[in-house]
Amino acid sequence: MASRYTVGADEHLFVEVSEEMSLDAYFTSLLVTQELAERKIPGITEICPANASFQVRFDPDILPLEQLRGTVEEIEAGVGRQEATLDTRIVEVPVLYNDPWTYETLMRFRDRHQDPSGTDLEYAARINGYDDVPAFIEAHSGTPWFVSMVGFVAGLPFMYQMVERDRQIQVPKYVRPRTDTPKQTVGYGGAFSCIYSVRGAGGYQMFGVTPMPIYDPAAETPYLKEEMIFFRPGDVVQFRPIDRPEYDSILESVERHEFIPRTAPITFALKDFESDPAGYPATLQEALRG
Amino acid sequence: MAEHSASIEVVKPGLSTTVQDHGRSGQYHLGIPPSGAMDQISFRAANLLLGNDETAAVLECALMGPELRFNDSRQIAVTGAEMTPLVDGTPHPTNTVVDVEAGQTLSFGFATAGARAYLAVSGGFDVPVALGSRATYGLGSLGGHHGRALQPGDPLPLGDPRAAVSHRALPEALRMPLAKERELRVVRGLYDHRVQPDSLDGFFQEPWKVASEADRVGYRLKGGTPLRFIDREPPFGAGDDPSNITDACYPIGSIQVPSGQEPIILHRDAVSGGGYLMVGAVISADMDAIGQLPPNATIHFREVTLEEALVARQERSAWLERLRAIG
Repeated sequence: MASRYTVGADEHLFVEVSEEMSLDAYFTSLLVTQELAERKIPGITEICPANASFQVRFDPDILPLEQLRGTVEEIEAGVGRQEATLDTRIVEVPVLYNDPWTYETLMRFRDRHQDPSGTDLEYAARINGYDDVPAFIEAHSGTPWFVSMVGFVAGLPFMYQMVERDRQIQVPKYVRPRTDTPKQTVGYGGAFSCIYSVRGAGGYQMFGVTPMPIYDPAAETPYLKEEMIFFRPGDVVQFRPIDRPEYDSILESVERHEFIPRTAPITFALKDFESDPAGYPATLQEALRG
Repeated sequence: MAEHSASIEVVKPGLSTTVQDHGRSGQYHLGIPPSGAMDQISFRAANLLLGNDETAAVLECALMGPELRFNDSRQIAVTGAEMTPLVDGTPHPTNTVVDVEAGQTLSFGFATAGARAYLAVSGGFDVPVALGSRATYGLGSLGGHHGRALQPGDPLPLGDPRAAVSHRALPEALRMPLAKERELRVVRGLYDHRVQPDSLDGFFQEPWKVASEADRVGYRLKGGTPLRFIDREPPFGAGDDPSNITDACYPIGSIQVPSGQEPIILHRDAVSGGGYLMVGAVISADMDAIGQLPPNATIHFREVTLEEALVARQERSAWLERLRAIG
């Protein structure tokens, strides 16, 4: 299906590649925006890829809409399936699932939840057909995720899991959004995981918390000195469940500015994933063990 | 702090006072919005009155201004919202150059019209530049004074002033209008096709009121009729509510309508993306006016074409050129 082109008034071109989330749509959005960025076209001020759409902000005094639209259509037509490969990195993110801080928060906002009698994890496990919370955590952390979009607030990654459609976890957002979410909460809404980069409002279900900072405007974290934001669209994330002693020990290492997340370079090929969706992710996970 | 460095001390911060400038760009894809003065016309006018750089950092003072103690003699100008500056208790006019001596205290009355006053000081506020701008982005603790609104006791460093200017005033015709009722021009688009056509026509024709939750992130509106959506199967990944979309980028100025109920116009500290559909966007030329709308002000949307939006954009550019001529 052809992409739908529309505008956000006089400064934004908005392109919906697909109404529904799919890896095809995601890769089209990412590859078109990457190529557009490489062309460094005068008049373009922001290029924002999203899950299955993208947006370009431009100055119409410098670059008329019709000219921009023509360029984007041309790039989109040239982005073929054979090019759907990414030179990227895989990052291991330690997660304390079922942690006390998100538990305290979710209890405070129980009146805004679909199931006031349980926890977010119990609710998500049940509606996705898992026997118990440990089995659900195993599914959440067993297979890597794409960072499909960065945003909402500074540096928050939206992630999409590398599994077949019928194995994908889906959960609704809170009935009414919370006014509080602990920093570095691992959340879930629709078909997407996220990590809240800062404390604040949120509507995603809360599953756990990572001790790993992903946003540091003060530039005190060693791996966030050059760029205050850790994640980029196209990054691959592997969650690793940890227990409380390991959480505390990583946090101490973070506070001493010694923690460095485990990462490895990888190349992701969409065709290889689609021909072996169960086996291919394991080859990416291998890179972390190297 | 060095003994001779010029600064202003915050005695009382006001309701929400932040350091702002022209804002930053190129970071929206990482969730960092432009920030900067919501009313760029008034912000630039304040600097131009003083002979500052047009984009020097100022204080944006929402509804109730701060109380500030000067340790250096400076000239100031207050534009935007009608918020009378008081120097040691003596009132002075807005939209003109006012002298403040070292040791004097500047305070403000309540805003009697408009929502945001811009306080420029000769030399500008010399907070550190973060990603190309001194603007405060509160959600991300970035820019401004420690990434947040001012608090009592904060010292605000000042830049070196240029030569003092003779007293001049901003002509009435170059001031942002501050009426409690305002038309905002909108270009339809984004996900407007998902709404029943007669419902969307009504949405744009009804008057809306600014809700109490109207801030730099977005202006929530109330008082109109909820939208009716066109029936469909929810797309995979979008969510079940008829107003849900597969999480996408949000243009600055776009009008999202969660659950079809209360519209939100995103502004300069916008959340950069999410899962609610948008029915159009306010044209760039009318964004300045939004920041001057206090809670309970009335908004009338008017649909315009892209061509009309571009004409309005040229008119705004001409306004800025006339402002520069006063300098």
